[in-house]
Amino acid sequence: MKCIQWVGVAALASVVGGAWAAAESAGAASGPIKVGCIFSVTGPASNLGAPEKKTAEMLVEKINAAGGVLGRKIQLIVKDSEGTPEKAISFAHQLIDEDGVLAIIGPSTSGESLAIKNICQENKTILLSCAAAEKITDPVAPYVFKVAPKDACAARWIFQTMKELGIRRIGVLASNDGFGLAGKEQLVKYAPQDHIEIAASEVYDKATTDLTGALNKIKGQNVQAVVNWSTVPAQALVAKNMKQLDFDVPLFQSHGFANIKYVQAGGAAANGTIFPAGRMLIADLLPDGHPQKKVLMEYKKEYEARYHEDTSTFGGHAYDALTILAEAVRKAGSADPEKVRDAIESLQGVVGTAGVFNFSKTDHNGIGMTAFEMLTVKDGKFAFYKRN
Amino acid sequence: MPTDQIVQYCLSGITVGSIYAIVAIGFNIIYNTTGVINFAQGEFVVLGAMTSISLAARMPLAIAVALAALITALIGALVELLFIRPAKQPTVLRLIIITIGVSILLRETALHVWDEKVHALPFFTGTEVSSVTLLGAHVSPQVLWVLGACALIVAGLSLFFKFTLPGRAMRACAANRTAAQLCGIKVRWMVTASFMLSAGVGALAGCVISPVTQTQYDMGAPLAIKGFTVAILGGLGNSIAAVAAGLLLGLLEAFSISLFPLAYQDVIAIVVLLAVLCFRPSGLFGRRDAHAFGEF
Repeated sequence: MKCIQWVGVAALASVVGGAWAAAESAGAASGPIKVGCIFSVTGPASNLGAPEKKTAEMLVEKINAAGGVLGRKIQLIVKDSEGTPEKAISFAHQLIDEDGVLAIIGPSTSGESLAIKNICQENKTILLSCAAAEKITDPVAPYVFKVAPKDACAARWIFQTMKELGIRRIGVLASNDGFGLAGKEQLVKYAPQDHIEIAASEVYDKATTDLTGALNKIKGQNVQAVVNWSTVPAQALVAKNMKQLDFDVPLFQSHGFANIKYVQAGGAAANGTIFPAGRMLIADLLPDGHPQKKVLMEYKKEYEARYHEDTSTFGGHAYDALTILAEAVRKAGSADPEKVRDAIESLQGVVGTAGVFNFSKTDHNGIGMTAFEMLTVKDGKFAFYKRN
Repeated sequence: MPTDQIVQYCLSGITVGSIYAIVAIGFNIIYNTTGVINFAQGEFVVLGAMTSISLAARMPLAIAVALAALITALIGALVELLFIRPAKQPTVLRLIIITIGVSILLRETALHVWDEKVHALPFFTGTEVSSVTLLGAHVSPQVLWVLGACALIVAGLSLFFKFTLPGRAMRACAANRTAAQLCGIKVRWMVTASFMLSAGVGALAGCVISPVTQTQYDMGAPLAIKGFTVAILGGLGNSIAAVAAGLLLGLLEAFSISLFPLAYQDVIAIVVLLAVLCFRPSGLFGRRDAHAFGEF
């Protein structure tokens, strides 16, 4: 069936587009460049997917208004996976087989990204994941990239800060999903080399509404700090429940906390939370000469004017993924998947919202430790974390 | 285990348990008049909380909560009038499937009316950082509100069903529908009233728990499953038993955390549900010859 379709397309192209075919080496390629998006726009990870969708739509409009890429418009096809790997898989098949997209941006969560990693690789469709887990690009799959910073870097930033504070014994909480479990794995892996003991660790359901029991158990272990690793609303719950339990040790969260909504949901309880995050949240506090300042401020201004809500690092991931893809298509001079893939691997110094990306054959993430700053919450606002 | 930690687990179990109990009571009210399990009960809780959050921005908290309960009760009446009453051949199974449909409808509507974000009512007393000490354990003052509201709802409903005419009429429908009809009770309207009451109770529960649990459009379903477990555990239709069963399940879950990883918490609830369904389908406190499950 597929064969017949291709013969048909080829025949059509040779008759109608004979002149273009000479100019465009890919043959049938003309019209808009199709880019698929799989975001968890609703569901428990909607705090990631919703801003990603909005950002992608905004940026594509902007690129198209400026004449598109290589004179071709970008056509965005957005699917809402609701944070479930099953839906992500079926949408990936749909985007590849029916829509024939050049690349897929997303999924928003690590679990979903890992679920479609092989599908994209086997079908030679570029995947630019917006999720954090290490395993998405380690081992490297030629067609799979990610733009969110690595979990390992976040874990090491947290431990470094703990060392400065003299914290040796900690409790760990993580959500029972791809992001939480992958993060917990990194914490367990790097704890020994920083001489930190994980005295208790608990995993909770992503839809949990009460964590006093688990925190009570951790409290009983006489820990000096708690690390919570998740992207779900429970992040605010952990902060609240700790205060309510009168559990007075520093609370560290992962880069999943990088969304002002969680600070608002946590209210006064969120103050003092320490976490690693990209520079999006503190863009206005960056010195003027910082390489990311311009990109960040511009994105922030456009997004906030259009959607009347604060930007988050997650929306930034969609921004980075699209920017990198557009840049690679320009560099490759074509929308041929293999050429664009090669072009991404050779991209250097692309300034995005998460950091300055330098890709290579072995590094499909492009950013490392420098992507993070340690931040804290002061009076309901993000601020640079500095020791007292 | 030190005593203050035991007390802490107890308090956490009692809080969670009373939330389950209020949801279970909502199931019971409708079950009693119709013989149907209303799987949209969890959505009533969400609707109540969300409505009160929207209203609280414009008026005092107490009025917002009262209005939210009223509005949700009206939605409950609408659900009955639009979906349950017109059903042709209203067999129990068919009606239950309708309620599942209604729950999906309400959930998606909530997503569109509000959004996908987490919302929470402000704390009734104190803030998110306040904590009160009880026997060496620490809890949010809101927990006391939850416990108080649960006690009030149970007491209020018992009085309503025992001493008021509409309450007695509803019980009459539960005991014998035909006889109730022969006595001149408008059974159809009693069914509507039971949906209103159940929605209102659910909404109240949603309001008091919102500050501590936070509210999101899709939190109704997991809550309904726990409430359903408790209703079955206590014996369908028996509200006082539901309270006992709720506390039992809450405590069981809380103490399970001290022994097993937290991830197994929900397994405990499901195992209890399966065990009761297999070995004591009429519930822990129901009589074996009671009409529970009679229509299934």
